[in-house]
Amino acid sequence: MDQDTILEIEHVTKEFPGVRALDDVSLEVKRGEIHGICGENGAGKSTLMKILAGVYPYGSYSGTIRMNGQELRFTDSSIRHAIEAGIAIVYQELTLVPGMTVGENIFLGKEPLEHGVIHWNKLYSESKRILDKFGIEISPHAVVKDLGVGKQQMAEIAKALSENASILILDEPTSALSEEEVGKLMEILRGLKNHGVTCIYISHKLEEFFKIADRVTVMRDGKVVITEDISHLTLERMVNYMVGREISERFPKGNRHPGEVIFQVENLWAEDPFQYGKEILKGVSCDLRKGEILGIAGLMGSGRTELVTTLFGELGKITRGRILLEGRAIAPCSAREAMELGISLVPEDRKMLGLVLIQSIVENITLPNLHRFSSFLRINKNAALQESIRYANELSIKAPHLHIPVETLSGGNQQKVVISKWLMSNPKILILDDPTRGIDVGAKYEIYKLMNQLSEQGVSIIMISSELEEVLGMSDRILVMCEGRSAGILPIGEATQEKIMALATGIDKHIYNRSRS
Amino acid sequence: MSQKILKRLQMNIRTYTMIFALLLIWFLFGILTDWVFFSPRNLSNLFRQMTIISFLACGMVLVIVTGNIDLSVGSVTGFVSAIAAALQAYILPSILPNLFTGYSPFAIGTISTIITIVSSLIIGVLVGVFQGVFIAYLRVPAFIVTLGGMLIFRGGVLGITQGKTIVPIHDTFRMIAQGYFSNEVGWIITFFVVIAIFYNTILNRTKKKEYGFQLQPLYRDILKAGLISLLIVVFVFLMNEYRGLQIPVFILAVVAAIIAYITNNTRFGRYAYAIGGNREATRLSGINIPKNIFLIFVLMGLLCGVAGIILTGYVAAGTIGAGLNYELDAIASCILGGTSTLGGVGTVYGAVMGSLIMASLANGMSVMNMDIFWQYIIKGLVLILAVYIDVATKKTR
Repeated sequence: MDQDTILEIEHVTKEFPGVRALDDVSLEVKRGEIHGICGENGAGKSTLMKILAGVYPYGSYSGTIRMNGQELRFTDSSIRHAIEAGIAIVYQELTLVPGMTVGENIFLGKEPLEHGVIHWNKLYSESKRILDKFGIEISPHAVVKDLGVGKQQMAEIAKALSENASILILDEPTSALSEEEVGKLMEILRGLKNHGVTCIYISHKLEEFFKIADRVTVMRDGKVVITEDISHLTLERMVNYMVGREISERFPKGNRHPGEVIFQVENLWAEDPFQYGKEILKGVSCDLRKGEILGIAGLMGSGRTELVTTLFGELGKITRGRILLEGRAIAPCSAREAMELGISLVPEDRKMLGLVLIQSIVENITLPNLHRFSSFLRINKNAALQESIRYANELSIKAPHLHIPVETLSGGNQQKVVISKWLMSNPKILILDDPTRGIDVGAKYEIYKLMNQLSEQGVSIIMISSELEEVLGMSDRILVMCEGRSAGILPIGEATQEKIMALATGIDKHIYNRSRS
Repeated sequence: MSQKILKRLQMNIRTYTMIFALLLIWFLFGILTDWVFFSPRNLSNLFRQMTIISFLACGMVLVIVTGNIDLSVGSVTGFVSAIAAALQAYILPSILPNLFTGYSPFAIGTISTIITIVSSLIIGVLVGVFQGVFIAYLRVPAFIVTLGGMLIFRGGVLGITQGKTIVPIHDTFRMIAQGYFSNEVGWIITFFVVIAIFYNTILNRTKKKEYGFQLQPLYRDILKAGLISLLIVVFVFLMNEYRGLQIPVFILAVVAAIIAYITNNTRFGRYAYAIGGNREATRLSGINIPKNIFLIFVLMGLLCGVAGIILTGYVAAGTIGAGLNYELDAIASCILGGTSTLGGVGTVYGAVMGSLIMASLANGMSVMNMDIFWQYIIKGLVLILAVYIDVATKKTR
């Protein structure tokens, strides 16, 4: 083994029921480098990082991982082992305790003691030393919740490094940061090299790699496509590596004839109602025809989920622009109002937002529709069951009967339950937020067929998807979102994976500028 | 195959755990008390003693199912009881004879009782509205609102009673909690209840048939209806051995049946379970959660009103200690009856069974002349043990 290699990943394969998340992944990380990893959502980056962190313990995957020539075997799913081995991870979601100071957070679980009580002076002086060492300008006495996201991110890094980590993994650290904060972060990361820390840097923002990374690995569909020195790469090539695959016959052909425009969004701006002044939508315009499938593409954090939940009346406070349904301006401000207007949303997170897991299939399907089967005094349970059976058959939900709790179903069948529940409410507009995430190919196909069938019946569908193939395979037109605004609308005839990626990553200007010059 | 049988057995054990537990406790007390525990007189008392907590537990189930808690029910019950007693003893006797001159004292007493009942129920509902507004619409956590309510209405009890016991209570009012139906009336009620059970079974089957659903074998439905009917017949027979079917037990049966119906067959009831199961998913399904929670606390208030009436009739007075610690017994009954503290799971049947277990413990230990301090300790231990068994038999995650 090369003296310069700190981490060696060999033939790692990790499977989840129905999905191969990592497929024979091999990767070498050199000592002291900043190693970028990029790929579409679902390419396997996060799974790989979770293996390195010990979240998926040894034995749950095949293949070997060596650090400094020694094989790593984290036997239980406690991340303690990884920390002891010198691997620290900073996740996308911050894991600091908001009500405690930066110093307390850094030493959480390993507080310095004196006579059995916390040695506060030592805790804060040590914290200060660590923060200074990495050039992080935060007071150890600052309370975390009073800091901005950028500072919190840096405190998190300090916490991760306080255990003398030799490898620091950053999972999309800049997704919530402003330009200036990103600059500061880059500075700190460059400084880490001098302290002998190796950095693995996962990001969607491809340009960042050119500013900071030494080498970049591109992943796709659970495989490593290429690992290359950044000097040998261009943005275009990276995008090609990320999406470079052919669309197979996985999408049933629909026979759609979109009619007149029934739904319009005009220059919509919205704020997060819980965080004053935080804009979640910054100018989105699009329209939707009767019986059309409009795909929405965009990376995580591009505002696509925020857009549909705002349209559903559940998230954003609209500050500018308007929404028109059949020519009338609407402003739904709760799920109930949106439903009454004929808009239904199948949410992204079916377990958290779509289902009551402990309840039966029939109870879940009928939940938003009970008013149709009941008087004030009584629910006609027979009618409710009959109608549920109809949908369960139509969507071929596989279950022994409809009275079993939905938590016992597979992901695909759970998703069909969520879709049934919204179909029963006869929507004019059905919004599907990543409807096929984490479900097997067969169930996906059935959901696609259903989408075709619905649109042929005149239901207009908005579908968000993380999979570009899916967007290209199913949509009539594609709205691409980037940083809270609509970056462009592509008719299906003109859309390619490269064009979508270019719009979604905001590098279209680069590519087009270069191709022009 | 054998695994399948084992699994089925396990499921059935879980369903009938409470009945087994109850029978075990009864059997133990039988031995320990030289079978005095099983005397018709004692059983009659036992069932009458359980009613007040059972009313509260019926409402508490819904409160806990939605993921809330109500700590005020004991104080509210006491508050209603104090007002009812004050109406009976001071207020109405000073007003009614002037309004209804020439009526017999008995007639005036009856009118007084009716007014007291209606007032008590209204007060219960108003308390529910008061707390419900804070919890559902002003978003103060139920724990806090009802903790405050616990103090407020305990204060109310002290204010109304002025530290004294309020007497007298009219006989017609005492009847509600202390009265018995004659044996004949008991049997007539039983007859109609049994008819209703069988009629309902058949009606359900025909309706299902109309919808083309597969039916359970007829013998199973008949067997089930038969068993329930048999239990009722045995119960009434035993009660008739003493003085007859107790009026408060009858009222409880009616109230519990209504609440059970509401929880299973109305939107209001089903939404409560959905809210407790996954609040976000329920909200995104377009359900008005505040309204639902509000109504549940109003219902809880109404049931506190009922409990207050029965309590006043039972002790035939308004006392300072009325309803003390009832909230804990009511919550414990729900938990013993399988209600999940995480919300979304729980039945009225379970809560009533739970309160029967709690009442059996209290009654059995009293019959044994056990010191009161032991009674507290054992009730507490049984609660912890019951939940431990529940956790241990559930599949681990």
